[in-house]
Amino acid sequence: MQLIASILVDGISYGMVLFIISVGLSITMGLMRVVNLAHGVFAMLGGYVAVALAAWLGLRPELAAALAIAVVAALAWPLERWLFRKVYGRGELQQVLLTIGIVFVGMAAVGTLFGNGLTAFTLPGYMRDTIDIGFRVLPKHRLAVLLAGGLVLLGLWALFSRTGFGISMRASVDKAQAAEALGIDTSRVYRYGFMLGAALAALGGILGAELLPLEPYYPLKYLVLFLAVVAVGGMGSIFGSFAAALLLGLVETASKYLMPEIASIMFYATMLLALSWKPQGLFGRRA
Amino acid sequence: MKTSSSALELQAAGGARKKRNLLDLPCIPELLLLCAGLAAMALMPDEMGFLTRAVTSMLFVLSLDLVLGYCGVVTLGHAALFGVGAYAAGIYAIHLSPEPLTGLLVGGVAGGIVAAATGLFLLRTHGLTCLMMTIAVAQILLEILNKWRSVTGGDDGLSGVVVRPVLGVFEFDFLGRTGFLYSLAVLVVAFAVMRRLVGSPFGLTCIGIREDRQRMTALGCHVYGHTLVMYVLGGVFAGIAGALMAQTTQVVGLSSLGFAWSAEALVMLVLGGMGRLWGAVIGTVLFMVVHHFASAIDPFKWMFVIGGLLIAVVLLFPSGLVDAASRLFGRLGGMRRE
Repeated sequence: MQLIASILVDGISYGMVLFIISVGLSITMGLMRVVNLAHGVFAMLGGYVAVALAAWLGLRPELAAALAIAVVAALAWPLERWLFRKVYGRGELQQVLLTIGIVFVGMAAVGTLFGNGLTAFTLPGYMRDTIDIGFRVLPKHRLAVLLAGGLVLLGLWALFSRTGFGISMRASVDKAQAAEALGIDTSRVYRYGFMLGAALAALGGILGAELLPLEPYYPLKYLVLFLAVVAVGGMGSIFGSFAAALLLGLVETASKYLMPEIASIMFYATMLLALSWKPQGLFGRRA
Repeated sequence: MKTSSSALELQAAGGARKKRNLLDLPCIPELLLLCAGLAAMALMPDEMGFLTRAVTSMLFVLSLDLVLGYCGVVTLGHAALFGVGAYAAGIYAIHLSPEPLTGLLVGGVAGGIVAAATGLFLLRTHGLTCLMMTIAVAQILLEILNKWRSVTGGDDGLSGVVVRPVLGVFEFDFLGRTGFLYSLAVLVVAFAVMRRLVGSPFGLTCIGIREDRQRMTALGCHVYGHTLVMYVLGGVFAGIAGALMAQTTQVVGLSSLGFAWSAEALVMLVLGGMGRLWGAVIGTVLFMVVHHFASAIDPFKWMFVIGGLLIAVVLLFPSGLVDAASRLFGRLGGMRRE
């Protein structure tokens, strides 16, 4: 019983981190139809910029994190404008290559600036405290992750269903040409969608730094993780990403508890099964 | 239905025949490759290990070209087939027989079997889903080989893969001259086979599939079957490349199945330009040479170089450097994409 509860708590908080990082990727891939392998770069940059701001300027961690998210979103703007936009509508292979190139450059930049090793983001004191939830003691940080995941889900749902921007975004996901014909400025939608995705990735990178530690090889190491969530959930589907992140997070955590030998095999096998069953993802539409 | 597909093949073949030139003649390209290899050996006698690695990489990139360049299957898990071939040949040499040529055969068969088994469900999908599944398959195979310590040595890899002299005559020497010549010979033979393959009606049909799946389906072509066969052939050549690596370096590690190796092969292929065999050869040479000199400095600088190269190729020369160069220097025929 206690084991199951532990698996649930750890699995869900891991899934939440995956969700926060990957949902941005799902939005950009669904919206712009770009196979983006460079999404992890934004998550990594979020973490590293937050660490740097906290260390160099002596900012409070919360403030440093908020600023870092803004910095990453601002950085996403020129990247979208000068690099990603060039490969919209080109073949998958070109997109894969461009974004792998960005991954390499990102890793090189971070590695040169911050060194080869692991870097830790120091959490504010109150998050490092632990809390007793009956059957086990949990760092409050986990609760913050759960809370943030819930808020992101709620916020995106509100954005997509309740605002004019969300409606233009959904229209562009469904059929860009028709949306354009109706007077929606799709390139603006793409730009803000991309920046939103990058900001969410940065948030996830900072919040998840305890689970997915920051290092220069971060974008390559966790690339498959993020892509798996998007592919299994279905591109462009927020609830799909949520469901897939929880499923994959739970599967991996459960197998780490129960059969650590084959944990990563279980992860990939789940992904293979899900994709063989539904090639467009659990909540994906037929392209 | 069958007739329309073969009519297209004939038409395509006829179109290709018109543009015959020096590089399309039966033996010239193979001789060229052989001479280039021998020239490299004469110029860099102290770098035999590096040259041998370049030749095995070339064979691997050529096998990727068959799958990706000629059939349009975007894969990031091709190294799985290479690695399986390498392990199969390594285990065969250690436990069964140190004969090199049958070792190559074992590697090729292993690569082909794995390609067939995984291609059966991989190739039912395409686009991002297929890409993700190729990654997943490669990772699962990597984990299996990692955990199966008793046979594969796990993290430590296989070492002490010693093979007998080639054909019982040419002994593998300390300097690696035999290793290089042996690899070069295998490469030249494989290149000749591949050239026959991509010029055959089957190869032309595959090019048709790459260009337009729907149209080929409408023409009555069995898209899935053709893709699967080409994928298995790509697996055989990748397995042979892996076996060659195992025999010449005498070690097999888990990195031979790694994601990085798949990605690097992709970079090599794209640098040269996919969809032509020469593109794979030239791309590999470029990559290996840059790697040889840049990685000596600092791994992160190397990543800058390779990342920058990739971005530049995609933005400036989307069809590869060979194509850009051949356009620059007029029509170097034969090097053009078929």
